[in-house]
Amino acid sequence: MALKELSSLEKFLGLKKHNKYSTQGDNKVPVLQSNNGPMVGLLTVCSHLVNEAKRPELLGTSTEHRAMVHQWLEYRVTKVDGCTREEAKTVLKDLNLYLQDKVYLAGNCFTLADALMYYGLHPLVVDLAVHEKEHYVNVTRWFDHLQHYPRLRHHLCPVVVLRNRVYIGGHH
Amino acid sequence: MKLYISEGNPHCLKVVAAVELTLVQCDVQCVNHEERVVPFLSRPALPALLLPSGGHLFSSNAICQYLFETSGRKPNPLINQWLEWETTELQPALLQALHMAVLQGKATEASKILQGPLSYLDQCLSKGTTPCLTEESVSVVDVVLWGALHPFLSDSSPALGEWKCVQAWFERLAGEKACQAAVLKVLPGKGLEVLKPFVQRQPAPASSQRRDPQSCNSTASEAEDAVRVVSEEEMEAAALTWSRGLTACTEPPEKPHPILPQEGRRNLLLTSALPYVNNVPHLGNIIGCVLSADVFARYGRLRGWNVLYVCGTDEYGTATENKAREEGLTPQQICDKYHAVHAEIYSWFQVDFDFFGRTTTPKQTEIAQDIFWRLHERGFLLEDTVEQLRCEGCRRFLADRFVEGGCPHCSYPEARGDQCDKCGKLINAVELKNPLCKVCSKTPIIQSSKHLFLDLPKLESQLEQWLDKSTAAGDWTPNAKQITRSWLRDGLKPRCITRDLKWGTPVPHPDFKDKVFYVWFDAPIGYLSITANYTDQWEKWWKNPEQVELYNFMAKDNVPFHSVVFPSSLLGAQDNYTLVNHLVATEYLNYEDTKFSKSRGVGVFGDMAKDTGVPSDVWRFYLLYVRPEGQDSAFSWADMALKNNSELLNNLGNFINRAGMFVTKFFEGCVPAMELLVEDKTLLAQVGWELRQYISLMDKVKIRDGLKHILNISRHGNQYIQVNEPWKKIKGGDQDRQRAGTVTGVSVNIACLLSVLLQPYVPTTSRTIREQLNAPAACVSTMLHAGGSFVCSLPAGHAIGTVSPLFQKLEADQIEALKKKFGGQQAQKVAPDAAAAAAPVAVNDGVVVSGADPERAKQLMQAVAEQGDKVRVLKGQKAEKAAITLEVNKLLDLKKQLALAEGKSAEPTAPQKGKKK
Repeated sequence: MALKELSSLEKFLGLKKHNKYSTQGDNKVPVLQSNNGPMVGLLTVCSHLVNEAKRPELLGTSTEHRAMVHQWLEYRVTKVDGCTREEAKTVLKDLNLYLQDKVYLAGNCFTLADALMYYGLHPLVVDLAVHEKEHYVNVTRWFDHLQHYPRLRHHLCPVVVLRNRVYIGGHH
Repeated sequence: MKLYISEGNPHCLKVVAAVELTLVQCDVQCVNHEERVVPFLSRPALPALLLPSGGHLFSSNAICQYLFETSGRKPNPLINQWLEWETTELQPALLQALHMAVLQGKATEASKILQGPLSYLDQCLSKGTTPCLTEESVSVVDVVLWGALHPFLSDSSPALGEWKCVQAWFERLAGEKACQAAVLKVLPGKGLEVLKPFVQRQPAPASSQRRDPQSCNSTASEAEDAVRVVSEEEMEAAALTWSRGLTACTEPPEKPHPILPQEGRRNLLLTSALPYVNNVPHLGNIIGCVLSADVFARYGRLRGWNVLYVCGTDEYGTATENKAREEGLTPQQICDKYHAVHAEIYSWFQVDFDFFGRTTTPKQTEIAQDIFWRLHERGFLLEDTVEQLRCEGCRRFLADRFVEGGCPHCSYPEARGDQCDKCGKLINAVELKNPLCKVCSKTPIIQSSKHLFLDLPKLESQLEQWLDKSTAAGDWTPNAKQITRSWLRDGLKPRCITRDLKWGTPVPHPDFKDKVFYVWFDAPIGYLSITANYTDQWEKWWKNPEQVELYNFMAKDNVPFHSVVFPSSLLGAQDNYTLVNHLVATEYLNYEDTKFSKSRGVGVFGDMAKDTGVPSDVWRFYLLYVRPEGQDSAFSWADMALKNNSELLNNLGNFINRAGMFVTKFFEGCVPAMELLVEDKTLLAQVGWELRQYISLMDKVKIRDGLKHILNISRHGNQYIQVNEPWKKIKGGDQDRQRAGTVTGVSVNIACLLSVLLQPYVPTTSRTIREQLNAPAACVSTMLHAGGSFVCSLPAGHAIGTVSPLFQKLEADQIEALKKKFGGQQAQKVAPDAAAAAAPVAVNDGVVVSGADPERAKQLMQAVAEQGDKVRVLKGQKAEKAAITLEVNKLLDLKKQLALAEGKSAEPTAPQKGKKK
């Protein structure tokens, strides 16, 4: 899972050279062997890829912005990954509230946090019923935006965001 | 900038130390643990930093990094890696260790958990060239790790001795002024005591691993629920409940006759949509109404509610007349014959109606005519002449379902005379484009006749008022609300309630004496008349909205008639009728990703289910497991076998059987004494939580979701047995034997709970389990009443009966044979159907374009059929996607050519959807 995500990210960043990753431990933590020794952990490896691609702005453009990106990346690996069904509800609820007046997770532009959160939320959103998607309307909007973000989706199936035809009361 | 912290929270230690060290200007405020500082998070998150921009940081590491960067320290990749390690590796271990040390007093075991991370830290420090982790001076990483480890390492923990480098590093940091100040501020007390309020609020760490991220899709939905965590308080509460045992044993009373509403009880009147008499119901019909209502009725009875569940066959209408003509019987004989078929099917599926009646009774005439006159007297009926389709060939007016044509709204070519299957909108039959008689395929003519209409616009505001109340207070499924809303939004029009037919309830008005009531005015009145045939006191149910709650079960296509049309009749009749409080509508169940179709022989129909050799309970279980709740779902043979083998056999059956067998084999058939340890209590709490979830879902008629929680309970149970290995412990010393006894006793009690929860779903199995366990009758009422409580219902010494396996494996070849039997016709028939489809459509549409080439069409038809077979074979073999796509494209191309050869426009070719006759 994490490895597919990394390969999608490589493609998204337009990296020509595709890295070989290994994993360690029961949780299959991704590892990248680099010239400066092994890089361990999904966030570490992803940040490294972003720097390789000379896209530092994806990690944030100011101190505050960088902290925000950091925070949501951390949220992704601690709260979203491996969450139970109940926790998933909390995650969706909280994000829905947070995204109420936002287009991206951190600041006013696309960052690595959006990319990884999109990858991480995908299995949750795929499972949502039509009316649940309507319930988490801000998450759904953000998600739909991200899945159409150029070259981001790759390994994931598109999630249909249109409403089921049966709900002819829907407003679109 | 404002920083919110709380006392006794190790994360706050990090941020306060960071503030002290970086000297960033920041107002620090100490708040309660429960304070919700970050507006968008539903759980309190501390520490939290309110940024100058108004944003919030709620991750302690992000806050620390922000403070360090603000004071001019550059971030670098190594720092990131350490911070990631801290959150994903160290923190989970720390949380578990804190839990053990602070709440359970097991300091030694707690330090064992930390061995791994500490050893890693020690290695890194020993290899490093700097006294601190990443550089010469204290960096954000040191502060973060110091804060995280402080609760353990400051206490000269036994763990520390082994790790010399960690010890040196830690002491160096502990000497920092900033760190000392932070400790004073955040951890003012001595020892671990001060952490208690914080740790208690954390979810207890799951001992099992985190969910494998690979299996996040539906297949994992079973496993993921298992990783719920239990807090100390929950555990103690669960143990207390358990120890209460069964309360005063009240035998569940026999069903009285008749069942009537009772003062001071919840009186539930349940109906499921009346199945039309001369269609044999398919699995989709069964799950959509009767089976769903049956589960809820059984559940309601277990909950101690006063439930009356009525249903019956809907028998009037042209379809019956036709069938009678076909079979050379009278309509009444046809109804008698098929009513019996229905009754038999439902009884095989163990649908426990309190009364299963029919609509062709004198009571139906009496009540329908009464409602009619009341509406008439109150001026809610209008008279109008109607243009109707009449087929000269068949010499009769064509009822809605006997005419087909293009939908005036969406142009779907197969719309019926009353409603379009595609867009769901209602249609006036004369508005159909190119109408055709479904019997003889002739084009009908339009003839006018006088009819009566229910004045829905006049009733609209009353209806809306009632709907607002009912949908707000009751449990209407989202689809039911939405379909109803869209009907009201489009505005209501008068609806015709009379028809030119013979087989129906006669209209009593002298001006309309040759007419009968339109089926949708008439059929829902069947609920009342069927109840009236059950008891003379039917009005105590149907004219008693104060005491009675009415639940209607149906599939979504029936919603408008139950939420708009029928309530309007009853409101207009002004006789204090009981109106629907809870409208429960399912979506559609498909058959192996296509539709059930009687004419094509696709799918399993009610009368065939028992010939499959698959027990009724397994059918019920699987249909309820895939109940189209919230979304369409599909019946699939392979999935049914999978669910039978994985859930019923390996999960549920296996657990219940093992629990019983241990009692029989190791304890001479008597439940052993139980001494609860922490892990037993944890299990009790988990099971109790699942039980409460089950009840709260079932109370809201979330039948499929409720089932998942039952399966979770036996999953917990299996895991518990697996970990504790009573079959090994029984051979050990006294202590081990006692442990085996406890585990067996707790397990067999869970089996008893499961038998109760399963009763609505698989009644025979539930009874068998209770017989095997010799379970007291009181266990039902005790465990399911109020919010639900998992008590010890089989106490030490209780003698159980003979235990035997509950389920059988469904073998692959058996399933393959069934799949062929019920879907096989389709596989062979689609191709000719699709091919044959084109010709009549072309003629019917009157668009026989020049350029058509019948000879070539014939050849192409053959080619399409062959190519179609090829594609199906490939799909059947699960061939490479690319290979399939290639062949599918060829097929589409051939079809396009075929359409051209037949003189049709090539564009709208969707051959599978073409006309089937």
